[in-house]
Amino acid sequence: MMNSYDFRKFKNQLFFILCVVCVIIAIIPLASILFEVTTRGARQLSLTFLTSTNSNGGIGPAIQGTLILVGLTSIIGVPIGVLSGIYLSEFGNNKYAQNLRAINNIITQFPSIIIGITIYGLIVLELGSFSTLAGTIALSFILIPIVTRTTEESLKLVPNNIREASLALGVRNWRTTISVVLPTAKNGILTGLLLAVSRIAGETAPLIMTILGSRYFFQGLNKPMAAIPLEIWRNALQPYPEAQAQGWSAALILILMVLIVNIVVRLASRSRMKT
Amino acid sequence: MITTITQEQNNMTKPRKPADQSQQEIDHTAKMQAINVNVWFGKKQVLKSVNLTIKPNTVTAIIGPSGCGKSTFLRCFNRMHELAPNAKMTGKILLDNEDIYNSHIDPVQIRRRVGMVFQKPNPFPTMSIYDNVAAGLKLTGAKKGKQLDDIVKRSLEQATLWNEVKDDLTKPGTSISGGQQQRLCIARAIAMQPEVILMDEPCSALDPIATAKIEKLVVELKEDYAVVIVTHNMQQASRVSDYTAFMYMGELIEFGETSQIFENPKETLTDNYITGVFG
Ligand SMILES: Nc1ncnc2c1ncn2[C@@H]1O[C@H](COP(=O)(O)OP(=O)(O)OP(=O)(O)O)[C@@H](O)[C@H]1O
Ligand SMILES: [Mg+2]
Repeated sequence: MMNSYDFRKFKNQLFFILCVVCVIIAIIPLASILFEVTTRGARQLSLTFLTSTNSNGGIGPAIQGTLILVGLTSIIGVPIGVLSGIYLSEFGNNKYAQNLRAINNIITQFPSIIIGITIYGLIVLELGSFSTLAGTIALSFILIPIVTRTTEESLKLVPNNIREASLALGVRNWRTTISVVLPTAKNGILTGLLLAVSRIAGETAPLIMTILGSRYFFQGLNKPMAAIPLEIWRNALQPYPEAQAQGWSAALILILMVLIVNIVVRLASRSRMKT
Repeated sequence: MITTITQEQNNMTKPRKPADQSQQEIDHTAKMQAINVNVWFGKKQVLKSVNLTIKPNTVTAIIGPSGCGKSTFLRCFNRMHELAPNAKMTGKILLDNEDIYNSHIDPVQIRRRVGMVFQKPNPFPTMSIYDNVAAGLKLTGAKKGKQLDDIVKRSLEQATLWNEVKDDLTKPGTSISGGQQQRLCIARAIAMQPEVILMDEPCSALDPIATAKIEKLVVELKEDYAVVIVTHNMQQASRVSDYTAFMYMGELIEFGETSQIFENPKETLTDNYITGVFG
């Protein structure tokens, strides 16, 4: 018979091992995706591949399209999302805000294809053409609720006594929010932004119904445009091995772009004050 | 529930105070004066016609059992109370004979004149030690540059923290010990050069040595400010304060010079509390 100390030690070890096993199980799909995409996609990477059009064996328009889409959507969506999050967290103690919060949470759960089809009906049919504009609006509909939500959640985590400390000094409300509360919640907000931007960079379904895809470089906000997720999707459906290989490369590029954005933003926002 | 019952019993046994408390006279020598203050959170009344006079250059201690409304009362003095949702208040709080709840008065201005130190040290986590002290002046746009350096130094010196942190001014405000953080918060409050300083159990999270430092500081502070300090510690109240107010169940039971309250209390409740019969 084991004594109780040994038994507890045994339990402790058992749970530790369980945790390690779970971590490994969680890492397996991630690692295999990365491995698969890298081995299959790295082969045909070249400067021409990155910069030329499809007819010249490249995915230049798709890369350009994704950069434009993600860029425009972020420019529109990030300020709106962050400001809404600030409003809900810091000034959201009323009926109006409560309803807004509820609606926002529901939109966050919408399947993206529904947003795509809505924008198709509202914008594409109205304007008579698939367009970059429609794509940007669709992606904004996905981005804004997520950013709003994560910003609100991050701000809520800031302890109230920090706000009180500032207000008790005679600092105005808005100044407290900007100079005290926001910096305290900065990391959480940034993580939310990065997750949201990474998510819209990979969205495919709403793009099919809004920007459609294109063989050419950017032609105008009111014209169809290419994007990497569409490129992957189209190539994956092709029976030709070359096309499939191009799809893998496009996937690798998408992963790398998301990774680079994440690293750059993290580095740029690294806190200057080190403990 | 239990507390409500005891309160009613006490109301029956306790000699009633004169009914015309709203007629409380204005004391023109007072720095601050609470007149007939009633406070509710929702439907629950937390303060019941409380009157208190705070004289300039004195330390006033507020004592009383947990939940009797000390913090709530203190927060009425710099209009922090109204930040709580569904908080309501009636009555007057005078600062230099003017009611700080007058409709034309900006609460932000009041908070600049009446500083506050909280129970738990709460330095700004994203700011350096220097910025923590300078925060009030910077964020209210009051002072800049060289002038700021002087004020930061002077405030830290006054809070007896300067020698401990003078080489680490750029370190985060949260990187120092709890007692140091509390003195940092005091320095942050003094840097605004307020007229009154409110302290809500400033030593409750501190060890005896840090407590002694802060008590010494409180006594020094009264040279320049009127200080109001909430404390659970009777010895602390008798050591640092000139006047003591005893509160119980939202009422101010007794107020007077500290020596009188501790040596010769008029009310039985006060006596019981001080001698530790309850509380
Ligand atoms: N924000 C609030 N909302 C509702 N009720 C509150 C709020 N703050 C305080 N109260 C109630 O008001 C009463 C007085 O609280 P207060 O914090 O002023 O007591 P206190 O004397 O400071 O107690 P302690 O010594 O424990 O700090 C308590 O019964 C408390 O439950
Ligand atoms: Mg309290």
